[in-house]
Amino acid sequence: MARLIRTEKEVEGRYEEVWTVVDEDALEQWPAGPLEVVGRPAARQDGAQRARGEARYTADVRLPGMLHAAVMRSPFAHAVARSIDVGPALTMPGIHAALSFADAEFLDAEAGFPGAAIAAVAADTIGQARAAAETIAVEWEQQTPLLDADEAVQKGRFLSEPRRYERGDLAGALTDADVVVEAEYRTQSVLHSAMETHCAVCAWEGDILVVHISTQYIWGIRDELAEHFGLPPDRVRVVCEFMGGGFGAKNGAGDYTRIAAELALRTGRPVRCALTRREESQAAGNRNATIQRLRVGARTDGRLVGLGGEFTNAVGWDGWVAGTDGPMQMLYACENVETTVYGAKLNSGPMAAFRAPGFVEGTFGLECLLDELAAKLDLDQLELRRRNHSDVDLLDGRAFSSKNLEACYRLAEPHWDRRHEVRARSDEVWKHGVGLASQIWYGGGGPPSYAWVRVGADATATVVTAMQDIGTGSRTAMAQIAAEELGLPLERVRVELGDSARGPFASISAGSSTIPSMGPAVRAAAGDAARQILEIAAQRWNCEASTLSLRGGRIVSVDGDSWPLEELLGLLEDAQILGRGARGPNPAGMRVLTFGVQVAEVAVDVETGEVRVSRVAAIHDVGRIVNPLGARSQVEGGIIQAIGHTLSEARLLDPETGIVLTQTLDAYRVPTIADVPEIVCEFVDEPDVHLTNLGAKGLGEPPIIPTAAAISNAIRDATGAAVRSVPITRDELLRALEEAHHRERVAAPSA
Amino acid sequence: MPELRVNGHGYAFEGPVGRSLADVLRDDLGLTGTKVACGEGHCGACTVQLDGVPVLSCITLAHTVGGRAVTTIEGLREHPLVEAFVREDALQCGFCTPGQIVSAAALVDASPSPSREEIRHGMAGNLCRCGAYPRIEEAIATWRS
Repeated sequence: MARLIRTEKEVEGRYEEVWTVVDEDALEQWPAGPLEVVGRPAARQDGAQRARGEARYTADVRLPGMLHAAVMRSPFAHAVARSIDVGPALTMPGIHAALSFADAEFLDAEAGFPGAAIAAVAADTIGQARAAAETIAVEWEQQTPLLDADEAVQKGRFLSEPRRYERGDLAGALTDADVVVEAEYRTQSVLHSAMETHCAVCAWEGDILVVHISTQYIWGIRDELAEHFGLPPDRVRVVCEFMGGGFGAKNGAGDYTRIAAELALRTGRPVRCALTRREESQAAGNRNATIQRLRVGARTDGRLVGLGGEFTNAVGWDGWVAGTDGPMQMLYACENVETTVYGAKLNSGPMAAFRAPGFVEGTFGLECLLDELAAKLDLDQLELRRRNHSDVDLLDGRAFSSKNLEACYRLAEPHWDRRHEVRARSDEVWKHGVGLASQIWYGGGGPPSYAWVRVGADATATVVTAMQDIGTGSRTAMAQIAAEELGLPLERVRVELGDSARGPFASISAGSSTIPSMGPAVRAAAGDAARQILEIAAQRWNCEASTLSLRGGRIVSVDGDSWPLEELLGLLEDAQILGRGARGPNPAGMRVLTFGVQVAEVAVDVETGEVRVSRVAAIHDVGRIVNPLGARSQVEGGIIQAIGHTLSEARLLDPETGIVLTQTLDAYRVPTIADVPEIVCEFVDEPDVHLTNLGAKGLGEPPIIPTAAAISNAIRDATGAAVRSVPITRDELLRALEEAHHRERVAAPSA
Repeated sequence: MPELRVNGHGYAFEGPVGRSLADVLRDDLGLTGTKVACGEGHCGACTVQLDGVPVLSCITLAHTVGGRAVTTIEGLREHPLVEAFVREDALQCGFCTPGQIVSAAALVDASPSPSREEIRHGMAGNLCRCGAYPRIEEAIATWRS
């Protein structure tokens, strides 16, 4: 029965209460461990299409008569356009239309960051469009840009009200503590740098707006554009079958999609608006920089008595204030916690969600601080974390739907035990060490999410749902889930996705939510189809449906008889079995979170400050693993991005003008194949019995969270140097080494 | 009208001097397997072979190609590397993958059993933001199995 419920919806750590209609989750959870298809490695079903260059991405969409849009962007970090004249552009060759803030209200005359869009043109070729955009005449009134986050906090320039959290009495706890450690940590701004830049192709077909877009959220784009044009939502059709990476930056429509749709409306032609790499680096989102002033108080046995954090998120001109404070509130049992987060509004590009927004930054600070505490207490770092493990959610005392962090710690032991042997490799120049860090994050997904399953006379199944596979392999995971439920070999199940006109509503692919949101809906739909098949079979062979099951492409009876599925379904000819499934509710009153720990090994050249990461072992607890092959790839990819964040990546701004200096992929240094260490990936792989019919949580984000702290802690283990900012440049490392030597020199005479 | 020889077929193309090979392949010939991710020669997504040598088609002027044989991913679809990449899960979003395979095909042509070091050196110009690198290395190391 459909049930109307009020439930908590969580995306990227932001909760809201929503009304939703859910179907009962009638299916029993599968047993733990590998099943016939689920829990076994499966190569991605669209792998060959992508590898052979056959997959059509939004960047490849070429519609008849399509025009190309070029965007005019602010050259200044903060300026107001007093006047604009697109007239000269309209006289340029190949130009069909222009728009600007003067006639398009979604554009703003006030440019709050370099690269802010103020006008756009559409032309026959992209070259003509760019040439014309350059002729647009603007009278700018420049203002002094605000670029310093501390200054913004002092001046009260916030994106939203500071967020304060308090439990217990931190001041009292720190007074009573045996040991107190205080430190300031900084994280840089980094760029998503998805290989496919943001792009959209918009076309008005009859009274329908068709939007091809590289997006993580087909249905969100539909709603945004329907609202923009005042259309009923289903008059906007959104298509994204293949998608070239997003990492959080492609959750919304952005101004580029509105530009394409508006210019398409004005010209009556399809319009493509694709960002160049340089536009991408300025205006398509970033992980914001942070400043974290942290304190921890503990007993001599390592039990935490107080944690305090003052966090400044350098958000930029727009975005939201991510949960940099989350790990400090949630990771360890500690009665006295106070945090404040300031969201500094600056004249730099807008922040966008980036793979575990806030928690990547906050975990770096917290887990380095814990390591400094362990050093001060002369306590084993893993033991310190164990002693502060919590069995209940620390925010409101809720039970966890499942938590296997202690199992992660046990699995980490052999990797952590390598530290003696690793340290022993050190010589005068290269120092070796091992560090670890824990991970906490969301990843439970939620309703609504729907899927249909169609089974034909040839006994093959097609899953239909308008979700998107952003490169995580979720298409393949859905096929595995449906195959398991229908007792079919994987190659007899296909998944049709990526089109809002051709499938039911599906979850956003963000917040590690695709598998936990969509997987149970797909299983429910397959279960509905399976039930119908067995009912028909029971009538065909005069038995009780409850004595039949589906296995290996056959209908199997408890008395040992079995028939190929096609023998039954072949009778149907053109008739089809249609199954319908919905994601059930989240477990009431429980907190659904993911956990893990990573152990990093590094070598540090103490003369030059060079850091090499040689090995990372990752152990994560995300409930049931649907596809071990794809899951390992997610972990490896997260760790490699994290290594970039830790060692080489930084969006650099000119300190005077605020111009982005790292606009290209040679200036902005993402990791290459030569930068990759040995990566060991393990899972607890224990289904969350309280979470849906699947017991699986999301894995997109957890692996990127603890790596930076694990690497920094390994550097301390190797050298004694306390690294407190990322990226760990050679300057930062040599500074930390000098500081460590100074500490030793000061300590030595008294020793 | 200038001509290109692509995957064994001859094509005439038009347009002003200064057009990139990538644009001609994608926009004129419809060979969109070649991807453009940076447009200025930094990422390797647009890699094609000229007479068997990997080049960055986004910074190669179409008019300078002349009689050299252009090989794109469309000409390498049956290469065993494709199967190896899929088997080893050497791709996630797949946007960089055609370029990875074109580079890898040239690598294994020159060195059919490349060492891990050779793979890491030969493939360092092909960026993958999803971080499929460990699997890419494995796929190339085991491409003939």
